[in-house]
Amino acid sequence: MIPERHVNAALLVGLVAVPMWALAADEPYTITLATRAVILALAAVGLNIALGIGGLVSLGHAAFFGIGGYAMGILAFHAQTFTPLDFGAFSVAGTKSMPVIWLAALVLSALAALVIGLLSLRTSGVYFIMITLAFGQMFYYFTISWSTYGGEDGMSIYVRNSFPGLDTLVPVQFFGICLILLCLVLFLNARLVRSRFGLALNAARQVSVRVETVGLDPTRLKLLAFVISGAVTGLAGALFADLNRFVSPAMFSWQFSGEIMVLVILGGVGRIFGPVVGAVVFVTLEHVLGGLTDFWHIYLGVILLLIVLFAQGGIIGLLCGRRVHHD
Amino acid sequence: MSAILIVEQVLNGLQVGIMLFLTAAGLTLIFGVMGLINLAHGSLYMIGAFAAAAVAGATGSFLLALVAALAAAAVAGAVVEMVVIRRLYASDHLDQVLATFALILIFSEGTRWVFGSFPMYLEIPEYLSGPVTLPGGIQYPLYRLMLICVGLAVALGLWFLIERTRIGIQIRAGENDREMIAALGVDISRLYTLVFALGAALAGLAGALVGAIQSVQVGMGEPVLILAFVIIVIGGIGSIRGAFIGALLVGLTDTLGGIFLPAMFKLFMAPASATSVGSSLASMAIYILMSLVLVWKPTGLFGVRG
Amino acid sequence: MTEPVLETRNITRRFGALMASDSISIELWPGEIHAVIGPNGAGKSTLIEQICGGLKPDAGQVRLLGRDVTRQSTAARARAGLGRTFQISALAMEDTVLQNAILGALGASGRPWGIWRPVLKDRGLRARAEEALHRVGLEDLTAKHCADLSHGQRRQLEVAVALTLRPKAFIMDEPMAGLGAEGSKRLTGFLDGLREEAPILLVEHDMDAVFALADRISVLVYGRIIATGTVDEIRANAEVREAYLGEGA
Repeated sequence: MIPERHVNAALLVGLVAVPMWALAADEPYTITLATRAVILALAAVGLNIALGIGGLVSLGHAAFFGIGGYAMGILAFHAQTFTPLDFGAFSVAGTKSMPVIWLAALVLSALAALVIGLLSLRTSGVYFIMITLAFGQMFYYFTISWSTYGGEDGMSIYVRNSFPGLDTLVPVQFFGICLILLCLVLFLNARLVRSRFGLALNAARQVSVRVETVGLDPTRLKLLAFVISGAVTGLAGALFADLNRFVSPAMFSWQFSGEIMVLVILGGVGRIFGPVVGAVVFVTLEHVLGGLTDFWHIYLGVILLLIVLFAQGGIIGLLCGRRVHHD
Repeated sequence: MSAILIVEQVLNGLQVGIMLFLTAAGLTLIFGVMGLINLAHGSLYMIGAFAAAAVAGATGSFLLALVAALAAAAVAGAVVEMVVIRRLYASDHLDQVLATFALILIFSEGTRWVFGSFPMYLEIPEYLSGPVTLPGGIQYPLYRLMLICVGLAVALGLWFLIERTRIGIQIRAGENDREMIAALGVDISRLYTLVFALGAALAGLAGALVGAIQSVQVGMGEPVLILAFVIIVIGGIGSIRGAFIGALLVGLTDTLGGIFLPAMFKLFMAPASATSVGSSLASMAIYILMSLVLVWKPTGLFGVRG
Repeated sequence: MTEPVLETRNITRRFGALMASDSISIELWPGEIHAVIGPNGAGKSTLIEQICGGLKPDAGQVRLLGRDVTRQSTAARARAGLGRTFQISALAMEDTVLQNAILGALGASGRPWGIWRPVLKDRGLRARAEEALHRVGLEDLTAKHCADLSHGQRRQLEVAVALTLRPKAFIMDEPMAGLGAEGSKRLTGFLDGLREEAPILLVEHDMDAVFALADRISVLVYGRIIATGTVDEIRANAEVREAYLGEGA
């Protein structure tokens, strides 16, 4: 068995080395693929906080991804059309500044996660799965009928948003921004897992009744995990929208919720780098198999089925052994 | 807004609801008996629709098409149960979600591979098309009226099967205590396959029946699956009665909301924004309904387990 | 003190036709070990759940330190001073012994929201957890994963987690279950000294332990307390002999 931190280190080296090679070899498409992998990884890292540590099987995380995406889309739309964003009582100007957009994405998706979490955490188990799925779908249909921002067709943002001191139109610079954000969140995640909250949440997943018996409220612990988780996935949504310069209701689709869950499981649920492994493998498969056949989702389905039935613990589990260490 | 329009919309709501019930009933039965959450239930709906469209295209017989839908979905359900699903009964919900999500990918792409990406059409047969005149002079499509009747008949049959037959006793026993019925000498794995195939057949039938008024295409099952989840959350997991009430509530809310909410907002808003706000709200109406039920009764209207 | 530390007043709980708790009144006074015994199915688990907050009684009151806690959550009762051990160990199996004990200390601190500083490096929490582990004799196994502990060690850890709370009253649900004669004896010795710290409501099947430890015994049969008294009184009670001891001993 390979120590988990060696796998993690190799992964990070790869995430830096591949785009560097692509830059040298003038392969901008590879950089775009790597950026896509990093952003999807970030979305899945978000889900992993709820799913892996908190044990919350959320099938509605596309809601937060989409909210992040639309936060970017709406702010940039108003900036590019020079119209204020009107709230009735007051109005704000649109913006093309990434940090501001990120903040909006974080706050809005955290708020949505708070509301959805408050309602969904009244239940558990299979109800929770169905309810989160249903709330995700609610946002999907809402954006479809929201004609101001493109309805079903979504909307295009013509120029990528800006970051002070960088030229975000250069693929490798945008990649750098995304990778640094991912590393930052991974670092925060690693701190969180070892913190007071992480210990309590981890226990709440395993034995809820024990957590109550020592005087803590497992539902509130899980709610905070859900909010943090939603915020991170929302941030990923804003970056994803910037990568494609396009937002549409598809960001809210339940298939996407399923896909980020697949990323987490593929890599290894509850492992800090699990979602990153999952996203890298997913994007690679998508690229390689997708080039061979139009029906690559069949193979993805078969791989996923085999992992669930025979390789619990995902890829990191296969490489490093079953046990998750948080110490 | 005339009384005729209202009656018509109520009938439409009933029709949508009763078809949703066919899908939700199987889903809730499978959860109640086997404790399994099956995301691939929508795929079985789709398989029913495709089987019906293919057989109707080849033979021209709508009745044969329905038989084909029932058979194809039941067989697909039984095979899936025996190959994959039965390995998941002891697993946690996360594994069930992932494995059945994988099945959706396989079924959807497999169907696209066989039938192509273009929608197929299933024609309403001559003898069921056209309107009928209801008491009060209301004109209503015969086919939709037939859907309501068929759905009610199936619901009645299901009630009879579960409450009045030997197999129903076993199913109810299975919901309460797995070891108990195994101890009584019931072949539990055969019972599970049977229940799964039954649920699949109901979904397949719904897919074929609805397929004739919508297009038959890959991905048609998932919106229905999600509505079925909403229904089950409202009605309470494992409760057929809850699924019935929930399905009618969802069908009516969705249909009436789409018509009446925009009209209602027009009473005090400019028409353009009323239509936009009203239809946005209508698209969320069933989820709002679900939230309300959830706040009021977290285990659903007729549910007991959490 | 004029009021018991822990008290139930006529708590009643029905499950359909079954009367699981039939107007049960029990008192736990400072310094005592009060044992609850009774045949299987007598309603001991239902009683414990109502005291700890997992079940709400249909009628009656649960009082802790003179306050009515009947409507309070499990967590609120724990914060108010109830320390519980489970019949079937409820431990975080993927975590280490130390992490489980720290969870208790964390609960006692009431501040689980920190997401930045490593909890294992928190001196206060760690000291409290290690002290409790030391007291039950698990100090050499702190780094071991719970899943790798023996049954007896898990029982010890159960008690240690309860100790980290420094509760005002202990509820112990069959702490001796599955311990060998040796382990049972050791735990008996430990609980003997613990009663001075906080009184213990002890639900136990092991009659040797009960007779060695209990200041008072209540006998629960079919959801009713048929007798409460000292060890000698209970031994001599005809009704108890017939209903309970007559079958078992």
